[in-house]
Amino acid sequence: MSATSPETRHGAPFAAARSPMAWLGIVPFMIFAILFLLWPTAHLVIGAFESKDGGFTFANIANLTQPAILNAYWLSIRISAASAFLGGLLGFALAYAAISGGLPRWIRPTLTTFSGVASNFAGVPLAFAFIATLGRTGLVTTLLVKWFDFNLYHTGFTILSFWGLTLTYLYFQIPLMVLILTPALDGLKKEWREAASILGASSLQYWLRIAIPVLWPSLLGAVLLLFANAFGAVATAYALTGSSLNIVPILLFAQIRGDVLHNPNLGYALALGMIVITALSNLAYIWLRAWSERWVK
Amino acid sequence: MRESRIGAWIAFGIGALYFILPLIATFEFSLRMKRGEYSFEAYRVVFADPRFQASFTYSVGQALATIFVGIALVVPTAYWVRLRAPQFRPIVEFITLLPLVIPAIVIVFGYLRIFNSSSLIPLTDTNLGTDALLMFGYVTLALPYLYRAVDTGLQAIDVRTLTESAESLGANAFTILTRVILPNIRPALLSGAFLTFAIVIGEFTFAALLNRPAFGPYLQLLGANRAYEPSALAIMAFLVTWACMGLMQLASRGLRLPTTDTR
Amino acid sequence: MAFLTLTAIAKRFGQNTVVHGFDLAVERGEFISLLGPSGCGKTTVLRMIAGFETPSAGTIMIDGRDVTYKRPAERNVGMVFQAYALFPNMNVADNIAFGMKVAKRPKAEIDARVTEMLELISLPDLAARYPYQLSGGQQQRVALARALAVKPQVLLLDEPLSALDAKIRVSLREEIRALQRELGITTIFVTHDQEEALSMSDRVVVMHQGRVEQIGTPHAIYNTPKTRFAASFVGTLNMLDAEIKDASAGLIIVEGQTLRIANGTPGAPNGSRCTVALRPEALAIGPARPGDNVLSCTIEDVQFLGAIVRVKARCGAHILSVDTFNQAGQPAWARGDQVEIHFAPEHLVVLD
Repeated sequence: MSATSPETRHGAPFAAARSPMAWLGIVPFMIFAILFLLWPTAHLVIGAFESKDGGFTFANIANLTQPAILNAYWLSIRISAASAFLGGLLGFALAYAAISGGLPRWIRPTLTTFSGVASNFAGVPLAFAFIATLGRTGLVTTLLVKWFDFNLYHTGFTILSFWGLTLTYLYFQIPLMVLILTPALDGLKKEWREAASILGASSLQYWLRIAIPVLWPSLLGAVLLLFANAFGAVATAYALTGSSLNIVPILLFAQIRGDVLHNPNLGYALALGMIVITALSNLAYIWLRAWSERWVK
Repeated sequence: MRESRIGAWIAFGIGALYFILPLIATFEFSLRMKRGEYSFEAYRVVFADPRFQASFTYSVGQALATIFVGIALVVPTAYWVRLRAPQFRPIVEFITLLPLVIPAIVIVFGYLRIFNSSSLIPLTDTNLGTDALLMFGYVTLALPYLYRAVDTGLQAIDVRTLTESAESLGANAFTILTRVILPNIRPALLSGAFLTFAIVIGEFTFAALLNRPAFGPYLQLLGANRAYEPSALAIMAFLVTWACMGLMQLASRGLRLPTTDTR
Repeated sequence: MAFLTLTAIAKRFGQNTVVHGFDLAVERGEFISLLGPSGCGKTTVLRMIAGFETPSAGTIMIDGRDVTYKRPAERNVGMVFQAYALFPNMNVADNIAFGMKVAKRPKAEIDARVTEMLELISLPDLAARYPYQLSGGQQQRVALARALAVKPQVLLLDEPLSALDAKIRVSLREEIRALQRELGITTIFVTHDQEEALSMSDRVVVMHQGRVEQIGTPHAIYNTPKTRFAASFVGTLNMLDAEIKDASAGLIIVEGQTLRIANGTPGAPNGSRCTVALRPEALAIGPARPGDNVLSCTIEDVQFLGAIVRVKARCGAHILSVDTFNQAGQPAWARGDQVEIHFAPEHLVVLD
């Protein structure tokens, strides 16, 4: 981490061309990455394939298929997918309205700034905000009763449910979508629409044949990123539901605190499952982004 | 033309409603602590709570330490990769993106296994060691944002020419970094620092699982036991995040100036 | 009646009027350039013909049909944009076919037309390439083919060459002109490059601050500019302050030396001041022919440019730029030489 260590050899100009010792300069960074990122992760990944006595086994992975764990994965995937899909859709609508909807100029920077704030306003405070809004005594819940005689909680809704959590996640998912998608929407050239219209295409034809084909890698990629974002989120869900909702991050949280699965190696396998899912969606995102950048130069 | 504008206003209106309602609701709720009247009682109670002061101070300290260590780690590395070791760029960039791929809860799970009392590096044996571990964890979380901010900042200035001219004037490597490079990427650093602050200040997972008295776990504990104070805290957390993002935007606006000068 | 007519066209954006009372009549098959600096309103005029902007006043007629308030798709015009607006998700063939596809033409007809267009732009082998795989010049040719594929009545070109390298720019402008002649299509070409406008057009419209300064053939625009702006924007020009000595005889005084004007005496009383213009290539150094005007000057600088030698000569307060062809037998001028510069009276243009 010291700035001086690698280049104090006398006589060698600091800005000289590549030297065989170039790797020395990134040693501090590599040590840090190995200690606090790679080794801890590798430890869990390896542990997932170890039996209690240290031998190699697939038993932990196979054990993930027990109903409680499988249900947790399934619920996690559903919540993440729902919040990613809805977040993607609404974020797209909002970003498009702000950029190409003919709204006043001040809207766009306002939206960008707010999105920066809201996409980082996840975790415990967000959970509080939604309890105060849609909880049993929340403002919106009571106002709905007062004004429309409509009790949200009689419909079976609770803030601790699938939809409650999804609605809460949307608070950081939509802004994240806006932030990711703005550059892609800026890449849609005004001339494409004009060229299409002068060639006789309707607005619908422009969207179906040009705008959506150009945008879809970015759209899909962004939704995948939102999916990974929701899948790894712990604090919001934990603060909102305690341990009452059986999703993977909360199950893992409980496992880390108290070995609720009574098998440490099964815990590693649970973590490995999370890594695999978030890694796959991130890889797909990176791949799709590279693909969409190929077109829009 | 006309219809799409109406559609845009509708989208914007619904969006604004969805984002502003929870803030209004939370604020309204935080004012209801005294029965039958609106008051800032909840805020007063929170500020008077010594655990609030302690945990907030602790998290601010963690955030500042994270920013300091993060910059000390990222700036020389990004600088070195740009100037002398471009062949390592792909691997360094890949590593800086990993914290976005590996969920935080998985990373901290790994920490608890390899830095526990029976391991080679038993950091969690002492409070100070655990504090350090938490800080390193936060550096890891901030790595993707910090590295990208610094790298963009370095891109905007001509690192090689600056370094060579500083060298020809007799500066050594430490002087170059601290007196030439750092001041020139200050907007990028500030921008990364404010984002880091926003991430660290309310972080829950790392702090809770490493059992440190940080602001995030305090919030969660309060939320489980109290009614009105959590709302007051949520409003305050929102304002802190807003301040960080606002400062970040101000800082990155300054970022563009050097670009226009060099082109 | 002309094929494309613009009558008293005006365009206001809020308080800001960008086009004032613009009149233009274009014959069938004519190539017209709108020439002017950026912000002169030329692109706005083009976009009003295309239908992307609606005029605040005036009418636009194409082939006897009033299209002033028609949508772009209903006008039967083709357009090529400055920043090659090819659809990035389609290959070359699909880009060219786009207009026919949305018009639901039969597939066989589309295929035949695409092949024909690819031959026309000399890129028959690139049908399957995507825009990002093409050079700028190739992209702009494809954009041209896409615009022409639907057989528009009018072709609009919005600075189509300005994003290209200098060399390709020259070859492509020759290609565009040849193609336009071959198809006989009425074309409006917007540019800020006077060389492009002069070399390609049947007629040039010089625009300034939303108004027409002059409409005429390239020859007329260059040799007999009507306004000070037209004179200064097109080509380089020596401008001289003069005093009218005898309006009826066409005599003026520049720096105390009497000169004769051939065409058009200034419509001002004797003794008043006016501005006259001279092209650098109209001037020669050396012994005067009979009847020529002569100015005595001192050489300030000599720039040797290969085929051309550019001499800067001082005449009182004026510095005259003189372009002469490089000839082997020519004397080598040096700074400080006293020379006589001469030119025919026809070359003196009096500006308003």
